[in-house]
Amino acid sequence: MMQELLQYLFGGITNGAIYAVIALGFSTLYSATDLINFAQGEFVMLGALLLVTLWLNLGLPLPLAFVLVVLAVGLAGIIFERLAIRTVSKPDPIVLVIITVGASIFLRGLGMVGWGRDPLAIPSFFKLDSIEIAGAYLLPQSLFIVITVTILVAALTFFYKKTLTGKAMSACAINKKAASLLGIGTERMTLMAFALATGLGAVAGVMIAPITMATYDMGSMLGLKGFCAAMLGGLGSLWGALIGGLLLGIAEALGVGFVSSGLKDAIAFLLLLLILYIRPTGILGAKSSHRF
Amino acid sequence: MKNSGSNENSLLRIENASISFGGVKAVRDVSFEVQKGAIQALIGPNGAGKTTLFNLITGVFPLDSGHIYFQGQDAAKRKNFQRVSMGIARTFQNVELFTGMTVLENVMVGQHVRTKTGFLGAIARLPKSRREEAEIREKAMHWLKFVGLDHAADSRAGDLAFGWQRSVEIARALASEPQLLLLDEPAAGLNANETGQLGDLMRQIRDLGVTLLLVEHDMSLTMEISDRIVVLDQGAKLSEGAPREVQADEKVIAAYLGT
Amino acid sequence: MNENWFDAMKQSWKKGLAFFVFAGVIFFAGLFLDNYFYQQQLTFIGIFTLLAVGLNMLMGYAGQISLGHAAFYGIGAYTTGALTVHLGWSPWASLPCALAASGIIAYIVGKPTLKLSGYYLGMGTLGFGMIMHVLFREWGSITGGPNGLVGIPSLSLWGIDLSTGRNYLWVVWGCVLITFFICDRLVNSRVGRALRAIHFSEQAASAVGVDTAKAKLQVFVFSAIIAALAGFLYAHLVMFISPGSFNFLVSVKLVAMVVIGGMASIWGALLGSTLLTMLPEWLHAFSDYEMVIYGGILMGVMIFLPQGLTRGVLDIYEKFRIERKQPAKD
Ligand SMILES: Nc1ncnc2c1ncn2[C@@H]1O[C@H](COP(=O)(O)OP(=O)(O)OP(=O)(O)O)[C@@H](O)[C@H]1O
Ligand SMILES: [Mg+2]
Repeated sequence: MMQELLQYLFGGITNGAIYAVIALGFSTLYSATDLINFAQGEFVMLGALLLVTLWLNLGLPLPLAFVLVVLAVGLAGIIFERLAIRTVSKPDPIVLVIITVGASIFLRGLGMVGWGRDPLAIPSFFKLDSIEIAGAYLLPQSLFIVITVTILVAALTFFYKKTLTGKAMSACAINKKAASLLGIGTERMTLMAFALATGLGAVAGVMIAPITMATYDMGSMLGLKGFCAAMLGGLGSLWGALIGGLLLGIAEALGVGFVSSGLKDAIAFLLLLLILYIRPTGILGAKSSHRF
Repeated sequence: MKNSGSNENSLLRIENASISFGGVKAVRDVSFEVQKGAIQALIGPNGAGKTTLFNLITGVFPLDSGHIYFQGQDAAKRKNFQRVSMGIARTFQNVELFTGMTVLENVMVGQHVRTKTGFLGAIARLPKSRREEAEIREKAMHWLKFVGLDHAADSRAGDLAFGWQRSVEIARALASEPQLLLLDEPAAGLNANETGQLGDLMRQIRDLGVTLLLVEHDMSLTMEISDRIVVLDQGAKLSEGAPREVQADEKVIAAYLGT
Repeated sequence: MNENWFDAMKQSWKKGLAFFVFAGVIFFAGLFLDNYFYQQQLTFIGIFTLLAVGLNMLMGYAGQISLGHAAFYGIGAYTTGALTVHLGWSPWASLPCALAASGIIAYIVGKPTLKLSGYYLGMGTLGFGMIMHVLFREWGSITGGPNGLVGIPSLSLWGIDLSTGRNYLWVVWGCVLITFFICDRLVNSRVGRALRAIHFSEQAASAVGVDTAKAKLQVFVFSAIIAALAGFLYAHLVMFISPGSFNFLVSVKLVAMVVIGGMASIWGALLGSTLLTMLPEWLHAFSDYEMVIYGGILMGVMIFLPQGLTRGVLDIYEKFRIERKQPAKD
């Protein structure tokens, strides 16, 4: 029983860490631009599929492939912003939702055309055995994911708190007008936020590929769950993304383990509704009061 | 109900109203009355809490503490839309029209609380609802004429010049047949000519038996038109009295000069 | 005053004519269209038009987004499916149950959800849609699980078999016509004005005395009931339903129909549902590129014509006319 629980926990934390990375993407974008990108999951998918090409097909060394994938997907994010977001003449939420959903279908189509319909297997990054802890097994890949995510959150926190660009980005988030008065180019910040968010998506895609395999349609569910995680922790909060992701991953794992595997996909959304009804600003989000 | 101290003529009575946002005490312990049939002004420097007080009276925010009585009834217990049927109407500092609807439709919506047709009634469109619809239209036209905008009835509200939008908002508020009309800086953005017309309009509204409480920065208009003035500063009531008394009050002068 | 009355008469006369012509077109389309495939295609368009018109009341008029509307479509379909298949009910007995089930669930879900706005409302409704989809998939004993529910009876009334291509087309489009009529009356009434007012400024709407929470809930329930009607018609048309017909992508498609056709226009919803129902058919030729093109079109329309095709094309026409007039004036 203990052993089982621990095993579920390991699985949950691994998935949760992935959700957390995707949630980080949502949060960085939302806090800089007030935008929710429904195509975020598709950038995760692009990350995973590009890894197949660069690492397995072209035989680049893994670390190099990893970096190139993230850069390439970040670039795709920039192109996306330029072509599909900046050109919008009427940026209503409804319009932006449809554009980003359209983008997600578009990208999924690209994934299918480029890499085919069949799932592609990716070997684990480490040729190590699983680590045994109290009878439960922990994949080295999982450990890698959790460590990477923690580093990412810390690095992003540093970026926002300590670097000039980061501070400028959070200034943008707080008040666009004020930021532009201070001479901070909101356009450039938006572009950077897109690059950062989609790049984070790619990181998630690369890390999860060995666990789930890579297909053109892997992104939509991951994207939505990443969003649930971001909402749980508090949209716009970095540590919130981490907490939300882990919470969601663990809740799913326990739900699947002890209730039923069919319910897996419902859990994220039940939690989402719960948080929306009780505390729409999320666990770590600040309480907002709208003004008239 | 404790009703001591208020006389027959009091329409609105605010007792020790307070609200704070986070750390900001936007309104602190404010008490005053508005007499039936009066034109009363609420003035104060920027950020004094005037709009917030309007929001408290109309029920946008709940009071942190204090009471609001309207015609002797406890208004604070009612939701914002219920206060409109009690007889409180308002306009907004940053004009809030239904921009995509016609001017006439805007004023028609204003009659919402005085009319009845519901979901099923609208679908069935029985003679009763038809009659009501015709009445709504007629009355809306009447109020538009009252503010001098009947010629613009079919324009999109958002397309109107700013000054006219203000008038539409007043017509819309009047359409709810209020006892008390709250006007939040009605003269802001108007030229001298328009401001003069606004003054006349406010007197006409008063002559209809509607009591007016207005927030206004245009001092010559305020002094000329008001029967009584309440001065707020940093959320608290600073002074109250007839225009001349308030003008002579040193505290008020100091607050406005920023010392 | 008299002039106004006259104008109103002229307006309603025009509208009546439009409805009449529309009804005529449907009648003759049914009469002269002999190809079963086309009949069915047109019937599907009708079902999606129902969905789009209902959703348009919520989104286009009241300004409240729903990314989970397929759930109500599914509730309608599965309720009638389960009652007719498992309990052997007549479809006509299950119809009110399907509509009521959807309305009641909409009421319960809408109450807390409609307090949200913007993206949060979108996500709340999306979450609800996802949960319902999982329920359709996992509640096997009632819904038949992922494989779907087989053996739903076709419709017949007073001995007339409604399931022929032609008859069903008329049934579905008859429902569309009635719904159009109802929606048109709603929009141009005290209730409809209040809904539109909420769209433009919720704050001002409540300041003139509209109980915004109640109005939003009413229209949410209304559109859920229409979606359930569409679900009912769908279930008895194809006689087999599975969860895939009611998933997130269908919800998105419905939103896209409303937005692409043009919000706050009943005819726009008709245009949107026609285009988006036909589009996949036309795109079949592109096989693997279907998704790329579909996504590209969605983005393109929203980027360049965010008001939707009806308004967008009208605007372009207006501009063109003004530009042509301008030189003459100078
Ligand atoms: N919803 C809110 N959330 C947070 N703070 C608020 C809110 N509404 C008002 N405040 C604060 O309350 C104070 C009073 O604001 P209010 O708008 O009532 O002032 P005002 O007297 O109307 O000023 P003005 O003349 O500029 O309109 C301000 O400090 C403002 O920042
Ligand atoms: Mg103010």
